[in-house]
Amino acid sequence: MQPVEEGMSRRNFYVGAIYGIWAIISAALGLPAIIYLFLPPKARQESNFVEIGDVTKLTPNSPVEMVFRRNRVDGWKILSEKSTAWVVKQADNQVVAFGPQCTHLGCAYHWEDGKNQFLCPCHSSLFAVDGKVVSGPAPRPLDRFETKVQGNKLLVGDLHKTPEQSA
Amino acid sequence: MRRRFSIAADWLDHRTGVQTAVRQFLYEEIPASSGWHQVFGSVAAFLFMVQAFTGALLAFNYAPTPGDAYNSLRYILTELTGGRLIRGLHHWGASMMIVVVVLHMIQVFIYGAYKKPREATWIIGVFLLLITLGFGLTGYLLPWDNRAFWGTVVTTQIAGSAPIVGPYLTRFLGGGSSIGVVTFARFYGMHVLLLPPLTLVLMAVHIFLVRKHGVAPAPGDELVPKKKFYPHQVFIDTVAIFVAFAILFLLAAAVRVPLEQLADPTDTSYIPRPEWYFLFLFQTLKLFPGPLEIVGSVVLPGIAVTALILVPFIDRGKMVKVSKRVFAASVVLLAGIGWAALTATAVATTPKPAAGTQIDFSAPTDWMQLSPEEMAGVAYFRQENCVSCHAIGGKGNQVGPDLTATSIHKDAAWMIQHFKRPAAMRPGSSMPPIQLSDAQLNSLAAFLLKLNANNATALDNSPDFATAGALVYQTNHCGTCHLVNGVGMKVGPPLNGLSKRQTRRWVEDHFADPQKLSPGSIMPAYKLAPKDLDNLTTYLFALPE
Repeated sequence: MQPVEEGMSRRNFYVGAIYGIWAIISAALGLPAIIYLFLPPKARQESNFVEIGDVTKLTPNSPVEMVFRRNRVDGWKILSEKSTAWVVKQADNQVVAFGPQCTHLGCAYHWEDGKNQFLCPCHSSLFAVDGKVVSGPAPRPLDRFETKVQGNKLLVGDLHKTPEQSA
Repeated sequence: MRRRFSIAADWLDHRTGVQTAVRQFLYEEIPASSGWHQVFGSVAAFLFMVQAFTGALLAFNYAPTPGDAYNSLRYILTELTGGRLIRGLHHWGASMMIVVVVLHMIQVFIYGAYKKPREATWIIGVFLLLITLGFGLTGYLLPWDNRAFWGTVVTTQIAGSAPIVGPYLTRFLGGGSSIGVVTFARFYGMHVLLLPPLTLVLMAVHIFLVRKHGVAPAPGDELVPKKKFYPHQVFIDTVAIFVAFAILFLLAAAVRVPLEQLADPTDTSYIPRPEWYFLFLFQTLKLFPGPLEIVGSVVLPGIAVTALILVPFIDRGKMVKVSKRVFAASVVLLAGIGWAALTATAVATTPKPAAGTQIDFSAPTDWMQLSPEEMAGVAYFRQENCVSCHAIGGKGNQVGPDLTATSIHKDAAWMIQHFKRPAAMRPGSSMPPIQLSDAQLNSLAAFLLKLNANNATALDNSPDFATAGALVYQTNHCGTCHLVNGVGMKVGPPLNGLSKRQTRRWVEDHFADPQKLSPGSIMPAYKLAPKDLDNLTTYLFALPE
């Protein structure tokens, strides 16, 4: 009986070593791959504010579309691209800059002078002058750029998503 | 649970036969003499899988066009976590693959395992070797740095010199007058679309044939009972694979694969060299000057490949014990000596690059944005060992304040007074006075004023040649006439992008005698010490455009 048992334990050792080694190799290749694919790239630049216009030309509660160029990091490229913001001077003299896309499906909305509301032409979402959803399928208020006012100049930074609107 | 699993396995086997197939594969009978000398085939197959895997990962973040290729590889190396490791695995895996494939071939050759009926297995093996070299050749271009570009210029020229087919080969490789987008696309296409499936098909046929004829037995094997492939030989193969993988992983993790400057077709000072496993061919070429060149470039390699293919038809004797195959072993030894001699000569005769220091562009390069004065400040900062008391970005000693905290920054005049008599400006300060001249303190202040938590990395990654070069720049007041990174004067030409306009030799000669090289120049001659000259030139050449 003895030799057979010895043979079995040696066989078990081989099988265990085969599984163990392949597990180590898979982990040593798989973990770096997951890290490489799923960790975000190291940030290249701090948020950079871009000058987009003159605040003195704004009249309260009448939004103006301002066009500006800004640099965007896209993978290994830095793109200079055209961007727009809807800028409103609110009643309390606070200046707000909304991102140009409807929060429903990303269509470009515009200001309806007659209705005093933002209208999205795709699915008729309506937003009030403060960005809140008035009606339509949009799930949350308009996104806002970070803003800074230096003298008369308005600067915008990153675009932030607004949280869902509680009904 | 176990019963359920076995039911599921039976169901799957009944529908697909997968279990039976795996079993047949694992329990195949192999000669009793099989063992450690037969691991190389498995290791080569494993390394191919590693190459395919890491290659796919690289392709996920890689733009296969000149210029973009370089930038995207830099992005992989500097901005993606683990990118450097993945690239290291792919780079060193290529070299290891060549080594292992050749070892596999040597083993088969010495044992005479190619003999009847295994001739076809051997010939397919020769083609797999050529494909492996093809991978190396096409992959070499893909980083699109100077090394890649100039190495490929040489290889395409060699291919073009072949009799009759030369011009067609050149056209196929997309290299007409120069190497550009078409060559790049061809090389990339071959590297990722053509060669991998071809390898898979040939590997499948190769392994099928090994199975069909069985592993070659040694004389005397017929007297001993055969053994099973699993688990003993699988264990041996697995251990060998693990050893190979461990070496590869250590190489990838520890040895940095440099990324040189972006490919520059106008760089006349670059000395092109192929990858190490092609150096012997490169050297052979030098033995045949002038019209004889095709002997080295085409005839000899052609004869060698043909001879390899014909090996099983030349040596048709019966299988004998490996210890009796003295002639085969001598052939391998002679070939090995010849290869080593050619490679060693090629390495020995490679002139040292004119650039005293090679710049690794895959390292972080924040320091390139600093002005020479600030860069000199970095030099003083290191020289005075400020970090022995001050923290930078929250790291380091906390005896003095963290210098990246912009809140402690005052103006330059205040700082200079503070450097001279610390306690006078900040009562109670235990900082020792800094013994530097006013101009030097100015540099230090300029650097510190710019220092914040975001750019503190420039302090770590400024290479020594840059700080030393900036010191030479400052002491010679180059900034009173020249502009670097937007700082200085415009009496002379701005120095950013100098490396694109002039060769290194030109710049170095120009310092010694400006009027000789640019007549009418008002620049005075500078007699710099060789080390200073080297550092200054390397620094200027590293400046961003």
